[in-house]
Amino acid sequence: MRVAGRGLIDRDRPIRFSFDGKPIEAFDGDTVASALLANDVALMGRSFKYHRPRGVVTAGSDEPNALISVGPGIDIAPNTQATMQEVYDGLIARSQNRWPSLKFDAMAINDLFSPFLAAGFYYKTFMWPRAFWEALYEPIIRRAAGLGALSGAPDPDRSEKAYAHCDVLVVGAGPSGLMAAEAAAEAGADVILATEENRVGGRLLSERETIDGESGDVWADARVARLAARGNVRVMTRTTVTGAYDNGTYGALERVALHVTPGEGPPPTCFWRITAGRAILAAGALERSIAFPMNDRPGIMSAAAIRTYLHRYGVSPGQRIAVFGNNDDAHRTAADLTEAGIKVAALIDTREDATTSGDWPFYPGADVIETQGRLRLEGITIRKPGGGTLRIGADALAVSGGWNPAVHLTCHMNGRPVWNEDIAAFVPRENAVPGLIPCGAANGVFSSRACLEDGIRAASDALTALGRKSSFVALPEADDTPYRLSPKWVVEAPGRSWLDLQNDVTTKDVTLAAKENFRSVEHMKRYTTQGMATDQGKGSNVTALALLADATGRTIADTGTTTFRPPYTPVAISSMGAGHSGKGFAPERFTTSHAASVKAGAPMIEAGLWYRPSYFPEPGEATWREACDREVRMVRERVGVADVSTLGKIDIQGPDAGAFLDFVYTNTFSTLKEGRVRYGLMLREDGHVMDDGTTARLGANHYLMTTTTAAAGPVMAHLEFVAQGLRPDLNVRLVSATEQWAQFAVAGPKAQAVLDTLVDEDVTDADWPFMSCRDVHVSGVPGRLFRISFSGERGYELAVPARYGASLWRLLLAQAESFGGGAYGMEALNVLRIEKGFITHAEIHGRTTAFDIGMQGMMSRKKEFIGKALAARQGLLDPSRERLVGLRPKDPQNEMTAGGFLFERGAAPTRANAQGYTTSVCYSPTLETPLALGFVKSGPDRLGEDMRFVDHLRGLDFAVELTHPVAFDEEGGRMRG
Amino acid sequence: MRLTCPHCGDRDLREFTYKGDALALLRPDETANPQEWVDYVHNRDNPAGTTSELWYHGPCGSWLVAVRDTTTHVTHRTLSLAEAGK
Repeated sequence: MRVAGRGLIDRDRPIRFSFDGKPIEAFDGDTVASALLANDVALMGRSFKYHRPRGVVTAGSDEPNALISVGPGIDIAPNTQATMQEVYDGLIARSQNRWPSLKFDAMAINDLFSPFLAAGFYYKTFMWPRAFWEALYEPIIRRAAGLGALSGAPDPDRSEKAYAHCDVLVVGAGPSGLMAAEAAAEAGADVILATEENRVGGRLLSERETIDGESGDVWADARVARLAARGNVRVMTRTTVTGAYDNGTYGALERVALHVTPGEGPPPTCFWRITAGRAILAAGALERSIAFPMNDRPGIMSAAAIRTYLHRYGVSPGQRIAVFGNNDDAHRTAADLTEAGIKVAALIDTREDATTSGDWPFYPGADVIETQGRLRLEGITIRKPGGGTLRIGADALAVSGGWNPAVHLTCHMNGRPVWNEDIAAFVPRENAVPGLIPCGAANGVFSSRACLEDGIRAASDALTALGRKSSFVALPEADDTPYRLSPKWVVEAPGRSWLDLQNDVTTKDVTLAAKENFRSVEHMKRYTTQGMATDQGKGSNVTALALLADATGRTIADTGTTTFRPPYTPVAISSMGAGHSGKGFAPERFTTSHAASVKAGAPMIEAGLWYRPSYFPEPGEATWREACDREVRMVRERVGVADVSTLGKIDIQGPDAGAFLDFVYTNTFSTLKEGRVRYGLMLREDGHVMDDGTTARLGANHYLMTTTTAAAGPVMAHLEFVAQGLRPDLNVRLVSATEQWAQFAVAGPKAQAVLDTLVDEDVTDADWPFMSCRDVHVSGVPGRLFRISFSGERGYELAVPARYGASLWRLLLAQAESFGGGAYGMEALNVLRIEKGFITHAEIHGRTTAFDIGMQGMMSRKKEFIGKALAARQGLLDPSRERLVGLRPKDPQNEMTAGGFLFERGAAPTRANAQGYTTSVCYSPTLETPLALGFVKSGPDRLGEDMRFVDHLRGLDFAVELTHPVAFDEEGGRMRG
Repeated sequence: MRLTCPHCGDRDLREFTYKGDALALLRPDETANPQEWVDYVHNRDNPAGTTSELWYHGPCGSWLVAVRDTTTHVTHRTLSLAEAGK
């Protein structure tokens, strides 16, 4: 129910949303949980295993029970904590894990069988037969025990990712976080202050106490307004720091627009990667419960959460509230409720020596041993110190078992927290995450004044580490009441006492685990599933391991903790992978002719990050093959132009450039004459081929290397490694010039005629023999012309600065068309090179040597080069290795596939009998037969032999003949011409 | 994780590519025997503790040696290959 005059909600701004189809009235500032409590809805969900009715327990991101699905359609967000979901008009919230309805859940029958469903039940029961594990048991178990479900539709990927850098990252904006941010900012540091709440203040928003005479929210708002006005502080609300990583890197999830009506506006979430010189953990503490029988009924809540609902949302979860605790915060809860006019049914303090000043029924030394009520709490039974029991009517029970510092981030790099006996809780180990400084309640410091002071101390530590001077910051006046408690984990009494509410783990499960010798805390966790739910056991882990310690006769410190791992709160995959679906998966690189190719209707195919035209269809062509065949004939008979800009171009300069190339190539380049081009082969140090391509000598100390499209990056890295690491004695510099030049192949008998119309200089055969190069001018624009050929025809490649690429493509195409030619794409380019036996990375696939591709003659004996020593290994020069051959089918109707296997005629087509395989295939319109390149054992020694080609995958099996790899114009007269 | 590029300074891990043990810098002489070559190309230690690793900073093309502890993830220092060669 609403409590008049309380809360930080805006009562002038009513909001309507729906829960399981029923309209709910709320106010701006409410969460779904606070609004439901205000409307006396105590039942919010069903538990995972037993389907028990559950209500909200906390008021924050540690909520285990109140999980809802939010939103209609494909954007539905399952397993959203009702405590963190702010309300907006039209919000659609649904309860989960129930059928047919939340109030009547058929699967609640599991609860009746609970004596049989203890920890390990599934492991012990569903063991045989093995075939049923995945086929039967798992689907059934998964359906019975579950949470919310996604829509199943593709994710619309509306979220974003972002990056930030700062000197000091402050995690949490309660009293210690605010003071730390202020102290760091005063000293001039760049500060990011992140809080998972929608406003700053932290615990101050949930208590009655004052800071410097002002209420907590007023003080915090004024502080943060002053901070935000500075240029060096960025305040990030609704931002959960989810993980701590190496070297000051932190992950953070900002819920940008999950609190407003979904639309086309800002992204729902933004996942941040924040790099901080130092970080300050001021994440506060989480209140833990006490395990007592039937402690899971709707209405049984954290005492601190009840104060939050009262002071922050103006809501009381009941009209008669009992309070049960082992520390002074229980008394604070009773006092706050009374002050707000809510009846305190009883205050039960487990400490026998506790006293009270309040006017409420008080039971020191008593325990709650039973509760009543099915869909919501109706009453409790307590056991008095003498032994007598008493029933007390109550519709809500506030429980406080003490506070656990939120040490989670300090454990993300394998740091284990240390047990502090004084507060009966784990506190962060010093320097557990290098550069992360815990303070305030997260550091086991609890009074407001002590938190403020510790925040200033943490900032000072951070500033010192960053080499900055601290400035004076005044310590505000605040409450300094000490926090006293006497540990109480479990109430010994008959009945089920829950630890992990979401996963339905009871005290009995933990003692059973100990009994069955799962004594290690990590074993206990996995056996019982304690702490393995979406809340990672924030409220229950410490209690569970206190119980395990007791059951195994160890101290809590000796028992240790399980490992907290990122993320601190669940992060949707769509947030972490934001922007990485579809085209966002990888960048796209476009050539200067891209737009023209697309306009011409060419289907574009990926080549690494590049996009290249597959073929250029003409009217009347029904298949790609028709276009491809036409383009091949066009090049062989007249002229074709193709964009080859995607090949890697590495500019190599320096007095030792030639010597450098001699070292990285198997063949010699220092002897290459200026104005000439040479084909080069590059090995890895293990003797296998790394890449091939042509390198031109543009000047005495100036070479231009061409790499294959795919290997451009790796070859560049390799060359840099050689230059920087292996041959620092050579004076040479490298730079990638791939994107600076647009380069087009002009190939075919009419290629020279086309160039004549565009190149200012005369391109005569006398001046331009095969494998020559020189600077030219293209309509006045300085460019480079290379006479090289990947098609086997008279070929040139004309390069101009990339900004002229689109124009040159247009001109080249127009001239080629005037000679009966045109553009050709990757398919035709591939056919042309297979006809010529030219290799690509289909052949130099990483397992082939120079010997395998018939290029052993290119390995110079006169000089050292990379890969020389290991290429000389006997096994790599064995004639019986699989070596490059050409293949063609005996019947031209049979088309081979790449990756098919070759067998001797009559041999069974089994793996052991494989003699080789195909790597590239095409249909040759020139020779009117299918062709292939492949590797066959002793291949070059077996030319003319018939073999059996088998592709098991596609059901192909026919005879082929081994041929020389060069199927067309073996002498090369056409390209040398 | 972050590394210090000798040319560009402190940078995020994603700008770097790991390229194996820094042993690759100690290329044998032409006259080395086959076993020395095999050790150089293939054989690597896998220590729990300090290792020297080669990383490549793609954006600027610098190679570096990172002296790192595999058990703590602490990077003790990063060196350019020129520094590492001394």
